[in-house]
Amino acid sequence: MNSRTEPAYIRYILTTIALVFFGLFIVLPLACVFYHAFDKGWAVYLKSLQNPDALAAMRLTVITALVAVPLNLVFGVAASWAIAKFDFKGRDLLLSLIDLPLSVSPVIAGLIFILIFGAQGFFGPWLIEHNIRIVFALPGIILATIFVTFPMVARELIPIMKSQGNEEEEAALTLGASGWKTFWMISVPNIRWGILYGIILCNARAMGEFGAVSVVSGHIRGLTNTLPLHIEILYNEYQSTAAFAAASILALLAIVTLVVKTVIEALIKRGHSA
Amino acid sequence: MSIEVKNIHKKFGAFKALDNVSLKVDNGELLALLGPSGSGKTSLLRIVAGLDFHDEGQVLFSGQDARDQKVKDRGVGFVFQHYALFRHMTVFDNIAFGLRVLPKHLRPSQKDVQAKVMELLKLIQLEWVVDRYPWQLSGGQRQRIALARALAVKPRVLLLDEPFGSLDAQVRKELRMWLRRFHDEAHITTLFVTHDQEEALEVADRIVVMNQGRIEQVGTPEDVYHNPVNAFVLNFLGNVNFFHCRLAEGKAIIGDTELEVPGLSVDQPKHAKLYVRPNQFKLSRGPGKGSSLKATVEYVNPAGTIVKVNLKTETGERIHVEITQEEYKHLKLVKAMPIFVSLKDVSYSEYVQSPA
Repeated sequence: MNSRTEPAYIRYILTTIALVFFGLFIVLPLACVFYHAFDKGWAVYLKSLQNPDALAAMRLTVITALVAVPLNLVFGVAASWAIAKFDFKGRDLLLSLIDLPLSVSPVIAGLIFILIFGAQGFFGPWLIEHNIRIVFALPGIILATIFVTFPMVARELIPIMKSQGNEEEEAALTLGASGWKTFWMISVPNIRWGILYGIILCNARAMGEFGAVSVVSGHIRGLTNTLPLHIEILYNEYQSTAAFAAASILALLAIVTLVVKTVIEALIKRGHSA
Repeated sequence: MSIEVKNIHKKFGAFKALDNVSLKVDNGELLALLGPSGSGKTSLLRIVAGLDFHDEGQVLFSGQDARDQKVKDRGVGFVFQHYALFRHMTVFDNIAFGLRVLPKHLRPSQKDVQAKVMELLKLIQLEWVVDRYPWQLSGGQRQRIALARALAVKPRVLLLDEPFGSLDAQVRKELRMWLRRFHDEAHITTLFVTHDQEEALEVADRIVVMNQGRIEQVGTPEDVYHNPVNAFVLNFLGNVNFFHCRLAEGKAIIGDTELEVPGLSVDQPKHAKLYVRPNQFKLSRGPGKGSSLKATVEYVNPAGTIVKVNLKTETGERIHVEITQEEYKHLKLVKAMPIFVSLKDVSYSEYVQSPA
């Protein structure tokens, strides 16, 4: 910083407040997770992760993310393309709808799916008749995850696409490129970092989601427990080492996400000054 | 290729961007669309390119209606004010883009693409930037690359949207002379949009002056400058002073002063607005034999090929005058000195019903 407009003591006080706050609310809890996870040594840590229920929870979490993230990616690119590059009726409505999952409590999000697909729900009788399970099964978990992670990619891309405008695409069209070629050769490369960033945020949320998934999962051990749900069960059963071991996996994911995010942001910045 | 637009109407919401515009651009012509922002000139250019669509009317390319022709099939080279170079591609890839997206049976070989790109870089004298990215280039270089990229696909028409609008004065001048020379060699039908009258006057074969979605006048630079059809064209093509006056045979009466107007003939005295360009005044230290307006010198700027002088008349009106360096030296003008103003010529007069 070149500008030294504030007296030194004010700068030190503000920095201290920020650091203490950061330490108390971010670093300390994270350190606690790893401390408790390794409290009884490596052997216990690894063993609790190899528990069949824990493995099943991890598998379910990965499957859920593998389905939800690509779907939201396709939706996110399409929606932000439409919103940023075209002016149409209902554009503002679409923009607010995309944000809806962020403003609705995840529990409500889960309940919505119970009300639609549950036994007493809207499609319930029809689903039972055709022996299709949605709630308390994988499809419900995936649907709830898609709902809560819905805005993640689009939110990242809309500002980038808006700031870039249409001119490069128009130039490509006048040079004889088809709409499809223009999209793949011009639009996508221009938003590639934004896409990656969106995927990472979307994935982190998909894997970490608790509320909505908790409502639709039914908590069937080894079947419909995702990693966050598995952690809660372990904790409630006083298996704190196992709970913290599983939690450390999620915490690790968060840290990796953070690192990748930082790297990408630096790359975007370089691309911008470029 | 010739371009003709017939009775084009275009609205953005309630705003009339183009209001019944008709225009013919001859094959091989360099035509400037000149007007203030919001006059519809860019809309017209984008409609010709196929990037926007008109509500009513026709666009004809060599007599053929272009309505159903997509942008990519129109064979137009479009150059944007902010260059619109592909930021993730090198200069080479930018220029080669149009060749590489051609349908397979028309697409030139790698070697031919290479040769074509180098030929274009030579034309714009930027061979040494071939491996750079757009962000590594100056504005003038970027715009030349954008021109080369548009020329790579051998367009039938070149459309330029304020091509030099975001460049430094020096670079603008260089580039517009380059454009003129290029056009004299290539004779490609060219339409370019500008709000800079100097640019239009210097470069174009013909100028189309636009205002509020309509065409005010079409003509050669000489024509629109010396014979403006209305006060708007006159105003837009350079600085002008205007006076409320009464016109009589051979003279203009401004307040109590009668000024001789060479070559003016009116059958009976009329109220009028008189428009006079800064270089159409004659200044002298004494009243002279004809009558003249008395004024004082408010400001003199001799830095330039001409000398700019601001005068204030006894009635408080301000006049902007331009004189030659010789006249300036002869008159020995200084601030606050009294001066007498007479008319050498007038640009345009407009009759009005009653004095305003």
